[in-house]
Amino acid sequence: MKILVLISNVPDTTTKIRFKSDNTAFDDAGVQWIINPWDELALTRAVELKEMGGVSLITVANVGNATTEPTLRKALAVGADDAIRIDVEARDAFEVATQLASVARDYDLIMAGIEASDYNGSAVGGMLAELLDIASVSSVSGINIENGQLFFNREIDGGSQVLSVTTPVVAIVQKGIAKEPRIPAMRGIMMARKKELKVTAPVSAEDRTSFVRFELPPKKAACKMVAEDNAKELIRLLHEEAKVL
Amino acid sequence: MSILVYTENWDGKFKKFSFELVSYAASIAKQTGSTVTALSIGNVADSELQKLSNYGTNKVLKITDDRFNSLDNKAMSKAIVAAAKAEGAKMIILAHNNLGKALAPRVAVRLQAGLETGVVALPVSFDPFIVKKKVFTGKAFAEVKINANVKVITLAQNSFEPVELHHSETIEAFNPQVADSDFTTTVKETNKVTGKVLLSDAEIVVSGGRGMKSGDNWGGLEEMADLLSAGMACSRPVSDEGWRSHTEHVGQTGKIIAPNLYMAFGISGAIQHLGGVSSSKVIVAVNKDKEAPIFEVADYGIVGDVFTVIPQMIEAIKEMKS
Ligand SMILES: Cc1cc2nc3c(=O)[nH]c(=O)nc-3n(C[C@H](O)[C@H](O)[C@H](O)COP(=O)(O)OP(=O)(O)OC[C@H]3O[C@@H](n4cnc5c(N)ncnc54)[C@H](O)[C@@H]3O)c2cc1C
Repeated sequence: MKILVLISNVPDTTTKIRFKSDNTAFDDAGVQWIINPWDELALTRAVELKEMGGVSLITVANVGNATTEPTLRKALAVGADDAIRIDVEARDAFEVATQLASVARDYDLIMAGIEASDYNGSAVGGMLAELLDIASVSSVSGINIENGQLFFNREIDGGSQVLSVTTPVVAIVQKGIAKEPRIPAMRGIMMARKKELKVTAPVSAEDRTSFVRFELPPKKAACKMVAEDNAKELIRLLHEEAKVL
Repeated sequence: MSILVYTENWDGKFKKFSFELVSYAASIAKQTGSTVTALSIGNVADSELQKLSNYGTNKVLKITDDRFNSLDNKAMSKAIVAAAKAEGAKMIILAHNNLGKALAPRVAVRLQAGLETGVVALPVSFDPFIVKKKVFTGKAFAEVKINANVKVITLAQNSFEPVELHHSETIEAFNPQVADSDFTTTVKETNKVTGKVLLSDAEIVVSGGRGMKSGDNWGGLEEMADLLSAGMACSRPVSDEGWRSHTEHVGQTGKIIAPNLYMAFGISGAIQHLGGVSSSKVIVAVNKDKEAPIFEVADYGIVGDVFTVIPQMIEAIKEMKS
């Protein structure tokens, strides 16, 4: 089985968010870039599945310019066999999915994160499946291979399901897919240097959405403090003032 | 023009979220001179479908084909596309939840539409078509323009208050041509938790963090949740430690919730935690550290020990109720 893991390059989750050019663009000055947390978990599970046998290749793919290469190198260090970077600045989900569709045909299992932690689109995995006209399953919290057959755990409201799926398939993964993201070991980092990171030219693609402007949420009013021994007053405030009890 | 709303059902019933979606569509329909068609897939009684008209649907298309019970993403999105085409819909609205997020991207590609997910308010403008959504996990908002002629959007929960309108509605059976080969998933097993308030439905959420010290100390929070018919949540380390089920984990990498009241006990308020709860209307924090960042986003707070405050709160709630 061949696995393709989609990798989004996103600002570290602790980044203080600022905008520039009259609030029309994200200010990336001084930002640390990481593998999108869900993609990192997807990759971790892919590597675990390979270690258990039955997976012959793990490729990671990213749509982005050369600045995303350290993130792809890290993915190689975690355990991907090779990497593809499609050399174009990502503008919107449809464009990214169109680019990925041009390299995704030969894989049995494609893993995408439920969303990227920057623009929270939740769109690329599903769009890619539709462009390839193949199956997709979202809210996947577990993947197992038994006798060459794929089984997914899927979260539903108030519970979970076990599914068998046909391949090729796009698994859109979320919490539970792997316990902890894998940290690259020294050996992995050394090996990653020798692994292939292929840069391919973009196909022509349209973007169907564009950001107009950004804003920060309004500042919250100061927290109203209640004394430790006066829980009764807190309940009264929630009941009479905030009217939420 | 018509607006198509996919109204998911839960064991044959609709929820407040369904009415939020329909109301939202009706409000856009009013401003743009369109009509609202709801699409229902599954076994839903006509009396239940009729409830949608209370919030502004003109028509309901119902699909009762049992093959869709597996919630196959490919097949379901084909059915939604077929309905959109049959209705000549220029806008398709879905819920920003598990199923809506799974289907909307596929529907958008098939209809050559522009997609925006997690929309939080009525469109900022119609021409150009601009909507507002949260980005950077709640740390900012963005206004996004959809350039395509057909628009697909997913609406975030609790971002639009349902308004009763009482339209008259027609219910029609709809039978899209979806081939057996489009059903790609087989459900082997379904496990449902019963008798608990679902976190996504809960108007009040009681949540604990590492400050609860161990998995054995949750009796008080459970009692409080019972008294308030609240849902239970926790921070990530709590579910990582196995003190609580991972289904209760809220935050950037867990569930994102927006209840009326979120009460955090022994939670520091890390940025990744806040990403999942910052849209709550009112936030209460109990923490022994007065510098804890949770107090920067809380509306009400107590600096104190959870183990003394929780029993007192339970007493006060009981008093309020009697
Ligand atoms: C990529 C990434 C994603 C993440 N996603 C999430 C996520 O989705 N959700 C999430 O929650 N976290 C997430 N985290 C982890 C997050 O950074 C924090 O580590 C976590 O939220 C802290 O949990 P906590 O508040 O329960 O514990 P702590 O930070 O340890 O805080 C415990 C708090 O309890 C207080 N306390 C202790 N004892 C008592 C007492 N007796 N009475 C009162 N107060 C007491 C302390 O003062 C402290 O403020 C993520 C981290 C990363 C890097």
